[in-house]
Amino acid sequence: MADALVSAAVGGSFWALSGGALAGCSRRLRRDEDERRVPLMGVLGAFVFAVQMVNFAIPGTGSSGHLVGTLLLSALLGPPAAVLVMGSVLLVQALFFADGGLLAFGCNLFNMGILPALVAYPLVFRPLDRRGHPAAGAILGAVAALQLGALAVVLETVLSGLTGLPFRPFLLAMLPIHLPIGLAEGLATALLLRFLRRARPELAAVRPEPAGRPLLALVLGAAVLTAGMLSWAASSRPDGLEWSVSRVAPAGADAPDGAVHRFAARLQRRTSVLPEYALPGTEPAGPAASRRGTSLSGLLGGAATLGLVAGAGWLITRGRRILRARPEA
Amino acid sequence: MSHHLVEVRELRHAYPDGTLALDGPTFTLHHGEAVALVGANGAGKSTLLKHLNGTLRAASGEVRVGELPVQAETLAQVRRTVGMVFQDPDDMLFMPTVLEDVAFGPRNLGFPPPEAEARARVALGQVGAAHLAAKAPYHLSVGEKRRCALAAVLAMGPDILVLDEPSTGLDPRGRRLLVGLLQAFTHTRIIATHDLDLASRLCPRTLVLHRGRLVADGPTRAILADRARMESWDLEAWPPEA
Amino acid sequence: MPSLAAALLDLRELDRLARLDTPVHRLDPRAKVLATAAFLATLASFGPREVSALLPLALFPVALAALGEVPFGLLARKTLLGLPFILVLGAFLPWVDRVPVLQLGPLAVSGGWLAFASLLVRGLLAMVTATALVAVTGFGDLCAALDRLGAPRAFSQQLLFLHRYLFLAGEETGRALQARELRAFGRPLAPREYGAFAGHLLTRSWERAERVHAALRARGFDGVLPARAQTAFGTGAWGFLLGWSAFFFLCRWLALPALLGGLLAGGGS
Repeated sequence: MADALVSAAVGGSFWALSGGALAGCSRRLRRDEDERRVPLMGVLGAFVFAVQMVNFAIPGTGSSGHLVGTLLLSALLGPPAAVLVMGSVLLVQALFFADGGLLAFGCNLFNMGILPALVAYPLVFRPLDRRGHPAAGAILGAVAALQLGALAVVLETVLSGLTGLPFRPFLLAMLPIHLPIGLAEGLATALLLRFLRRARPELAAVRPEPAGRPLLALVLGAAVLTAGMLSWAASSRPDGLEWSVSRVAPAGADAPDGAVHRFAARLQRRTSVLPEYALPGTEPAGPAASRRGTSLSGLLGGAATLGLVAGAGWLITRGRRILRARPEA
Repeated sequence: MSHHLVEVRELRHAYPDGTLALDGPTFTLHHGEAVALVGANGAGKSTLLKHLNGTLRAASGEVRVGELPVQAETLAQVRRTVGMVFQDPDDMLFMPTVLEDVAFGPRNLGFPPPEAEARARVALGQVGAAHLAAKAPYHLSVGEKRRCALAAVLAMGPDILVLDEPSTGLDPRGRRLLVGLLQAFTHTRIIATHDLDLASRLCPRTLVLHRGRLVADGPTRAILADRARMESWDLEAWPPEA
Repeated sequence: MPSLAAALLDLRELDRLARLDTPVHRLDPRAKVLATAAFLATLASFGPREVSALLPLALFPVALAALGEVPFGLLARKTLLGLPFILVLGAFLPWVDRVPVLQLGPLAVSGGWLAFASLLVRGLLAMVTATALVAVTGFGDLCAALDRLGAPRAFSQQLLFLHRYLFLAGEETGRALQARELRAFGRPLAPREYGAFAGHLLTRSWERAERVHAALRARGFDGVLPARAQTAFGTGAWGFLLGWSAFFFLCRWLALPALLGGLLAGGGS
């Protein structure tokens, strides 16, 4: 998920949801009182961060995959610690590498941290692992996590309503894309777990505590609710975008009210009448026409604004340079 | 404590796979003494050091620091007395700035932040690293990191300094600086090292570990120069043959 | 994602910038974090086809960067890294929505193109601002700010440890990759090798964590890092936060560029 795709309402809601989960996981870890985990989580987070950039060839496809790591961390440290570690990795990526984004952080932590650690891990990986099929658990778990993640990305994007991408085709494109990614993630997780359990059984034997039921229920509940809401919207309203925008961000697409704005609108009407650009056959007084007029002046104004901002930046830089040069002279 | 000494008696430690890492070394360190601990890789040097501050607990035998036996109830006091400088300074320095890191130990000892910071500055001055206070630990050179790690331990005001391979990875200048620093200290020092030149310069007394056993304990020069015995412990004599 | 080596270089460069001493660097980090949050919320609250109305917001990152002496080249480079994702998704939009909404002489611009342009501007602004924020604040101070703004201590502590060991893990992984590459002659890493390759790195990380833990314990660590030095939220910080918030509010409720453009167009005709 990227900042550009997220509306304030969706970004804020997922921040709240993921922030709540983060707080819950922190509390659970504090109760656990094993301070050995503190440096372990930090160092393993750094490991995951670095190893995400190591690609391997997926047999028979010619493409390559890499580890994301949430499932692996859940298996090694327990789901609450995995959520915290992934949260820290995602935040560092958003801050330092313009990857993901700060506004979309809540969405990303939900998609890549909470879904794998609190849904896929306890529901898919752990049952299979306990029955002696860790590889199957890792691969199925990762595929499930990535498919859920892709669904969540689609939901978040469509609910944000900034792209106008229609729900169903978008979803149908995203799920297959994430299938090989999930397989690669599962494969990497399975390989690493197998290596660790053979080479260093005493490390892999650290028994992570189970994820708490209330937290899991909360997340599942939220996910099901959102999915239900959206599929209803997609089926009952062909134009899901308009619906979600007007519903989620009432101030989004339409002009806001208020005295200030009325004054501004009057000012605009008075100054920016550009009849020569109006399309023939539309009512000259209609909202569409006035929108076109303001859009053009918006373009002009946009260029002027950019010029002003750039000028301000240049002035500040210049001013600082002069100030700094003075004492030396 | 009136006299700071370390007593190790019949210490035994086995790794989880059953290998005996320490097989009964027994020795005493006296106040203000500087002692080298030498031995081939895997001889048990690091394991022995870890018992001195209670990072590892003795399976059998006893370690005493001053009047205190090293056990769960005395750990806090033992760690205040025994300052351990780890082999890899990256394992020690983790706070955003050097100053905060060096103040970390004193703050855990209960000093209020300004006082902890003052102690940190004094310790950084002692190792000639006052100018590094505001830097981030991961941007330092190996030599600088090692001096900061030493300061981090000094700031806690220990009586006994335990150093694990302090000269690894240092260039000649960094090593000279370190030798000078360690020579000037009056703490009781125990230094595990492969660097026999460093051992002979700093430590009048040497302990040799071989496969977990204490096989020699005596004057450094005599022990290091005994070619036959040194080779039987998988070591080489010092000074080397001309 | 950039290559490992490039990522580490950028991390170091941002760290270096964060240690500069400028008025924005000296501001309470909480003020910068909160102002950035207000900025992002404002940015995200605009409708899907807004383009020009977003532009005045650029003043915030530009001012941060200019006052904080962040090189604009670095900002541009970091931002380009994040663009491909937006471009790929955005490229569909002109096909999704073809209804013309804007007429520029002979050229009809569809809603899809407008939405695409809007996405681009949003993405650019968000990324530039995040980078500028780190460059003028520094990661340690950011963690402290999050901590004092109520983030769970376990999380801010985790962020500190992660950032500290990023460099070591990155360098270790880079060295291992290089050593493999010298003997692999371009043959990609097979899954079987991957398990051992990443597995070794994982066990080494784990051993490092155990040593770090021993070192922490040796210095009296009991599970919680001491809080960092406290600074008061001074008038400068309040001024910064309230001033920018007012500016964002103004941008949101008054279409400044439209006003400006209206004046220009009106004056011209």
